[in-house]
This record gives sequence, structure tokens and C-alpha cells, in this order.
Amino acid sequence: MANLNVKINDLVLKNPVMTASGTFGYGIEFADLVPLDELGGIIVKGTTLHAREGNDYPRMAETASGMLNCVGLQNKGVDYFCEHIYPQIKDINTNMIVNVSGNDPETYAECAARIDALDSIPAIELNISCPNVKHGGMSFGVTCDGAASVVKAVRNAYHKTLIVKLSPNVTDITSIARTCEEEGADAVSLINTLMGMAVDIEKREPMLSIRTGGLSGPAVKPVALRMVYDVAHAVNIPVVGLGGISNTSDAIEFLMCGATAIEIGTSNFVDPTVTINVINGINDWLDSHGCKSINEIIGAIKD
Amino acid sequence: MKKYVLDLTVKSVEALSAKHVLIKLTSEETLPEMTPGQFVEVRVDNSPSTYLRRPISINLVDYNLNELWLLVAMIGDGTRQLGKLHAGDKLNCLFPLGNGFTMPVDKSEKILLVGGGVGVAPLLHFGCEIRRMGGQPTFLLGARSKSDLLELEYFEKIGRVFVTTEDGSLGEKGFVTNHSILQNEKFSRISTCGPKPMMVSVARYAMSNNIECEASLENNMACGIGACLCCVEKTTEGHVCVCQEGPVLNIKKLLWQI
Repeated sequence: MANLNVKINDLVLKNPVMTASGTFGYGIEFADLVPLDELGGIIVKGTTLHAREGNDYPRMAETASGMLNCVGLQNKGVDYFCEHIYPQIKDINTNMIVNVSGNDPETYAECAARIDALDSIPAIELNISCPNVKHGGMSFGVTCDGAASVVKAVRNAYHKTLIVKLSPNVTDITSIARTCEEEGADAVSLINTLMGMAVDIEKREPMLSIRTGGLSGPAVKPVALRMVYDVAHAVNIPVVGLGGISNTSDAIEFLMCGATAIEIGTSNFVDPTVTINVINGINDWLDSHGCKSINEIIGAIKD
Repeated sequence: MKKYVLDLTVKSVEALSAKHVLIKLTSEETLPEMTPGQFVEVRVDNSPSTYLRRPISINLVDYNLNELWLLVAMIGDGTRQLGKLHAGDKLNCLFPLGNGFTMPVDKSEKILLVGGGVGVAPLLHFGCEIRRMGGQPTFLLGARSKSDLLELEYFEKIGRVFVTTEDGSLGEKGFVTNHSILQNEKFSRISTCGPKPMMVSVARYAMSNNIECEASLENNMACGIGACLCCVEKTTEGHVCVCQEGPVLNIKKLLWQI
């Protein structure tokens, strides 16, 4: 049995495997199928200051080795989360991390501040792929200035581990990552979904209600891996890798490219027990390769 | 209700029409309790274009034989692959999922089960459960043509069956909502599953006659367990997940143009 512990700032993970936001509910949805305590962390649904109904149906289109979604951050707001959901999840013996979204730096910060007060939430993951309502609706995460404005505001309001989730829909993801580091992020996670679309040729209509959606699943893995490698070589804070991970070998690829931890997302829909299989698989791989600790493979890719 | 992910064994695959197969599954372990209207998310192997699981209604659970029946309409490559399964193959199933039909309050409650096309699938299970509690289910089944009526012989074994076909090849000609049974008898509840236009007409009939009515929805779905929020339906309570709050919903909750 190898040592699988990893650290993101002060946050200790019993193993590097977490679940990606929006793919694992609040964890409780999977409680019958997965021993939640064995996970490195659970990143729960995107939470905003105010309740959001999300986008209209249809919100999903299956694609080759993946899917597009345009759920649109449907959630009941941070107060509902604190009052009704937090009591149900606070005793799950893993890192329960909340993914936070907003429309402007103030709402991001306000939402983060409410979560700062919850003892059993040791970290947040900031989703900077949301549209900037004050500046024409372009995503915060696609410019250094946009990313900086959100991370700065949240850093002032939030005192525990702050992970910033980066959008891949940019020219140079490393410059955004460096900006987040400068503004006080404790870690970055990447990649969020890639923008795409699909067409119903009989109806001559987009398959998704708002035309475009985010692509996820095994289809995006090589793109994600390249970006994780680049960012891990550009910043000095830990990198959390995600994007299409569906088995042990995928996870080890991300770790070798420099990810300190990984998130499994869309694969949970196909194989609800994938997280546990990957944790066991990483341990077996380390054992069979004579590694005593997970740290021996993080960033271990030969250049 | 506890969810399981299990490799079930295919006992048989029977073609019911050019486009429909009945897959009977079994397990070495005793199958869990399942309520009528619930569904299974099956993993599709050997189909490169299929990534996600396919949600399939539970057609029947035979607890004596330890069998779970799935009636599959072969629409795309994923469901066509399911039709190619053979006895002895394994099928990875995540089940039982969702909330099913409300059971009758007692055996004398007069319930009408209205199905169309492959939507008849969960009504067989429902009818059997009504029979098990000593009730007498009445089925009103609609299809385009006689050859599209699925599992008629099974329905006839467990209750009264009324049929409509669009071409008049069996039963009364027209749609289910035109059938004379709706004029001749009074029901206290209607449960329906089938194409949306049919369910909307059934809901309209139920609403105007002040009859309780539940409909089983089949919104496009990914996870099946309320995690991804893709399969939502707009209701009086906002967007709800069809996979978790449904697939069976009371029509009073729906915002259909009834």
C-alpha cells in the first residue's frame, strides 16, 4: 500500500482523486454506489449567491466519446446550500469543496464569504468561466484582467484554500494561470469544458437550447493533458487536473504531467464507481512499480 | 430506494417487431424491489458512437423467476447494440432509478393505464403489481397499426385491454383519446406513458374530467441519478430532474399546454 496523500496548500487529501463539480451532485446522490469517505475530495455543484433556474431544456447532447451540456448553473443559491444541503454533507469524511460562481466580483466574493463560515468546507473552487454581466457578458476566465478581478475580490473575502478553475477557451491558459497565482490563488484546476455545438439535422436546429454548450468526456482528454502540462510548468502553486479522465492510466498521465490531484467528471455518469476504481488502480500501479508514495510520480514525466 | 450497479445476465432476447426487442435479465443474487414506472440506466458496450448509458423503463419484474424485463425500441446505434445481445451476455445496469407511478389506494380503485408505442413498457409492470394487490387493471393501448402493438398477449393475461390503431387494423380506429371506453366508463385515476402528444391529449382529457393523472416522461438524460441536471422539465416548482423527481409526474405539476 503506497502513500497516496497529497497536499493542496493546507488541504490534505487522503488520495489525489476528487469528483468534478456538476457531475457528482452533492455526493449524496452517489452514496449507495460509492463509499464517499474513501474519496480524496468531493467538489459539489456550482453555487451562486442567488438561486438560478439554469437554461431551458434541452441541455445535453451526446457526442463521440463525450457530451455537451448547457445546464447553466442551476442551483438554489448559497443560503439554501448553507441551511439545507450543508447539514446533510458536513459529516462526510472527505474534503467537501464547494464550486462557486457569480455574475460580478462582488457576488462571487459574497458567495465565497458565506461558505467561509462553514466549518466543514475546507476549500472552494472558483468557476471563472461565468459571463461577466457588467462587461458585456464575456467570461471572466478568458482575460487576465477578468480573472484577476474575480480572484482578487474572492481572496479578500475567503480565508481557506482557494482553487481557481480555469477555462480552456483561451489563447494562452498559462497567462491566466499566472494571473490567478499572483492574485493569491492557492491552486488552479483545469480544464473546464470546451465550447462546442451540435445540430439536429431533421429539425435544422441546434441540439442545445442556448445553441452552444461545454464539451466534456474522454474526447477532451488530450487537450486537457496538454494544458495541465503547460500550466504545471508555468506556476508554482499546485495544479488540479481534469478533463476526460475515465480510468487509472488517464489519472496517472495527468499526475505525471504535473497535476498534484485530479478530478473525475463525466465518467461518473457512465461508470458510477469509477472514482474508487481509479483510487485502487493508482495504488496498485504504484505498488507494482515499486513506488512508496504518490509524490514519486507527480510531475515525473521525462522531458 | 437503494440503487445498485450490477452486471445482470441476459436470459433471452426476443424480437417483438422489426424495431423492438424484449430483453429478459436475471442475476445470481435476488433482484431488488422495483416500483412500476422506475427505470434502468444500461451501459452500452461495443458501440463507438454511444458514450452515455441508455435509460430504459422497467417492463416487468418477475420476483419468482428473478427476472427483469426491458422492452427496447431500437432507435439509434446504442439501442441497436442492445438488440444484438445474446443469452449469457452480461449487461451492466444501474437501477432501480426514479420515482414510479402512485399505487392504487385500495384494490377497488378504478385505474386506467394508457400507453402508446414503446410507452406501454412500464404499464405491464404496473398492471402486474395492481393484480398482485388484488386489483383489476384496465389498459387502453394505442399504436399506428396492429403490428406495432407490443406485448398484447401479456396485457390480456392481467387485465381488460382496449385498443386503438391509427389505421383501424385492430380495435377502434383513431387515437387513444377517441376510444369509446372514455365515454362509457368513469375512472378515478389515469396513468400514462407514450409519445408526448398522446400524453398531452390524455392529460387534457383527465384535466377536463377532473381525474387524477400521472404521466411518465422521457427527457434526454445523462446521469440518471439527479447529479447532472440535464433532463430537467419545467414544473410549477421550477426545473426538476425527470430522472430523480420523475420520470412519473402528476400532470398538475407540469406546465404543458393542456
